[in-house]
Order: sequence, then C-alpha cells, then structure tokens
Amino acid sequence: MIIEQKQHIDKILIPVLREVSDPEIPVLSILDMGVVRSAIIKNNKVEVKITPTYSGCPAMDVIGDDIKLALKEAGYEAEVQLVLSPAWTTDWITEAGRSALKKYGIAPPLEAEADKEALLGNKKIVNCTNCGSSNTKLVSQFGSTACKALFKCDDCLEPFDYFKCLK
Amino acid sequence: MENKDLVQYIYGIADNALILGQRLSELCGHGPNLETDIALTNISLDLFGQTRSYFQYAAQLLGEDKTEDDVAFLRTERQYKNVLLVEQPNTNFAYTIARQFLFDVFHLSLLENLQNSSDATLNAIAKKSIKEVSYHLRFSGDWVKRLGDGTEISKQKIQEAVNALWRYTDELFHLTEADKVAVEGRIGVDTSQLKDAYYEKVEELLQEATLTIPEEKYFQKGGKQGVHTEHMGYLLADMQYMQRAYPNMKW
Ligand SMILES: [Zn+2]
Repeated sequence: MIIEQKQHIDKILIPVLREVSDPEIPVLSILDMGVVRSAIIKNNKVEVKITPTYSGCPAMDVIGDDIKLALKEAGYEAEVQLVLSPAWTTDWITEAGRSALKKYGIAPPLEAEADKEALLGNKKIVNCTNCGSSNTKLVSQFGSTACKALFKCDDCLEPFDYFKCLK
Repeated sequence: MENKDLVQYIYGIADNALILGQRLSELCGHGPNLETDIALTNISLDLFGQTRSYFQYAAQLLGEDKTEDDVAFLRTERQYKNVLLVEQPNTNFAYTIARQFLFDVFHLSLLENLQNSSDATLNAIAKKSIKEVSYHLRFSGDWVKRLGDGTEISKQKIQEAVNALWRYTDELFHLTEADKVAVEGRIGVDTSQLKDAYYEKVEELLQEATLTIPEEKYFQKGGKQGVHTEHMGYLLADMQYMQRAYPNMKW
C-alpha cells in the first residue's frame, strides 16, 4: 500500500483504516487483506483506492461505505475509488492477516502449485483449522463465498473453509 | 475507435457474462445438492461482478448520465448481443454443466487475449476475470468428466446435452462489425483465430470423459446480431421486471 510519505498521514490514516474490516471476515482488517492500494490526504479530503478480491465480491460496496464512515468519525471527508489494475492476489494478504484467518477457522491460501493439487484432491495438504490434522478432503471448490473452498477434516470431522490461492 | 462502436464491442463480451449469470442465478436454492448449488451461484456472482465492471465502463462511454443499471436492464431484446449458447435454459443439470463447459473454454481463451488489449480498462477487467474463469472451467470440466465417466444414465444425459448445445458453439467465433472495428484498433480479440484451439481443447476433454464428439453440420447463429432464441424473451422479462416496475432502483 502507498501511504503518502508525510508522517502525520501515517499516524492518522493507518490507525483508522486498520479498524475497518471485511464484513464477511470481521477479524481481518482491510489493510491485512491487501485491498487498500493507496490513501492520501489532499486539501483535507482523503482519497482511498481499493481493489476487489473477486469481481462480484458484494463486500466491496460495504467496505467502501465503512471506510467513509470511519474517516468521517476521524474528521475527514473521504472519496473511495475502486481500481482493477493490478489485480488483487492472495499474496497481498499479510502475515498478520494469514494468522487472523487461521484463528478464525479459515485455512490461509497455499502457494499456487500446492493450491491446485489441494483443489484437485490430489494431495492432503490443507490443514484442519480445528485440530491441525492434514487428513482433510475437499468437499466443494466453492465455499460460503467465491474466495473460499469447502473442506472437511477426516480426523475431527469438522468442516472448514479454505481461502483459495488467487494469482 | 468511436465510443459508440466501443460500447457495442463491450456488449458483445459483457452480455454473455450477464445472461449466463442470470441463467445460473435461477438455480440459487435449486441446485442438485448444497455444494453444487453454492458453486453455481458463486460462478453467477463472478459473472455479474465482471458484467458490472464492463457496464460501468460502457455507461461512462455513453455519457448522458447513463448508469450500469440502465445498460443492464433497460435495453430491448434486440439490443442484447450475447451468443445463443448462454441463453439456453437449465433443462437439467447436464445441460447446465455442458453449457458452462462449452462457454468456459471459450471465455478463458477470449480473456487470455483480451488482457493484451490496447484499451487499459478492458485489459484490466480481463486480467481480473481470468483468475475467476480458470476456476469456472475447472469446475465445469470436472463435472463433464464425472458425468461422462459416471453411470449409464449420467453419461446418456451429458451426451444428450452436449449434442443439443453443440450447434451453438460455432457462433462464438463469428465477428460482428463492432468486433472487426475493435480488432483493427487493437482493442478487440479476433475470435475467429481461437476456433481451432477451442475445438481441440473441448474434444480432448470430451474424449477423456468417454463421450462422443458430436458430428453436427448445422450451426445456429444470431445472438450477436441481437436475434435471439425464444428463451431470451422470458429470461429478460424475469431479469428486467424489478427495474421496469420500480424505475431507477439500484443493484
Ligand atoms: Zn480436524
């Protein structure tokens, strides 16, 4: 993310944006999800650029509104712009984001090759978020939202989501 | 390229996503089981998302306060430029899967080329959509194989669906006037060049699925010119109802 290099902006914008989360994964800040591409203050107005995870992600409209609301409470008018390029990738989820996902019960994305193997059901490499076992199997390539696949653990029998790799 | 031509070119691409998305959305809550139901509606959602990106761009090119909703909902049947394939009904699960597979193979190769478009917006939408469509193809291709190489009945049904929809595949590679202008301007993709690779890929998977490749000699066309099959009117009546009944409502 590009934050214009003026110290006061770091101090003002980052803490506000960190409080905004994905409505479908409330433990994940939009900063850790990597959807905020830039944020600058111009003439006391904040311009924020965000990028969608998936084209049809219904969370984007809500995220845009939440950003405006959070900045308004901090005393700023904000304009939120949706940018498509460069396209979002799961590589932009931060380490903090990955562990937040795991804690929440969503297995974080694997690397591209491993992801393919896991989604084709060739290898048991997605670890259960409940018991940690790798004795898991794919139930559906599409889960509760477009960005997730549904898995089931064959040891503890719990179903769980896997955040698909997108590159 | 003039804006009005570019808008026509965009309709030629985006209407496929819109109409197929609409067809799939009809299955929401009606899928054969929970996982498939979720998968099909997620694919629908991806397609609607892509449609929105294209239509926001089209609305901007049209000017005069046009919005993405006007573009999506307030055209007449003849003004929709989707291919006949995507408007075909969800006759049964095999038809839904065959239609999806026959479109996905084309869609992916279209986007692979569109990502080199000299138009920055189309270029960006293609790069974004390509990742989603790869998943769609994986899903539909897997199911063609499962049904084809499944039970006697599943094989018979998917073969029947492939045979029935085969006649709509040739149209994918026809160029409209708008397509030709866009190709000349290095904005659009010359889909006629994608045809051989398409049939090669489709036939390879059908063989893997132990299915017979149809020998259809007669192909149907017309959607790209706005001349649709009888199914389209019913689909639009359903899709446009809310916007016609409550003008100016938003997605
Ligand atoms: Zn477990």
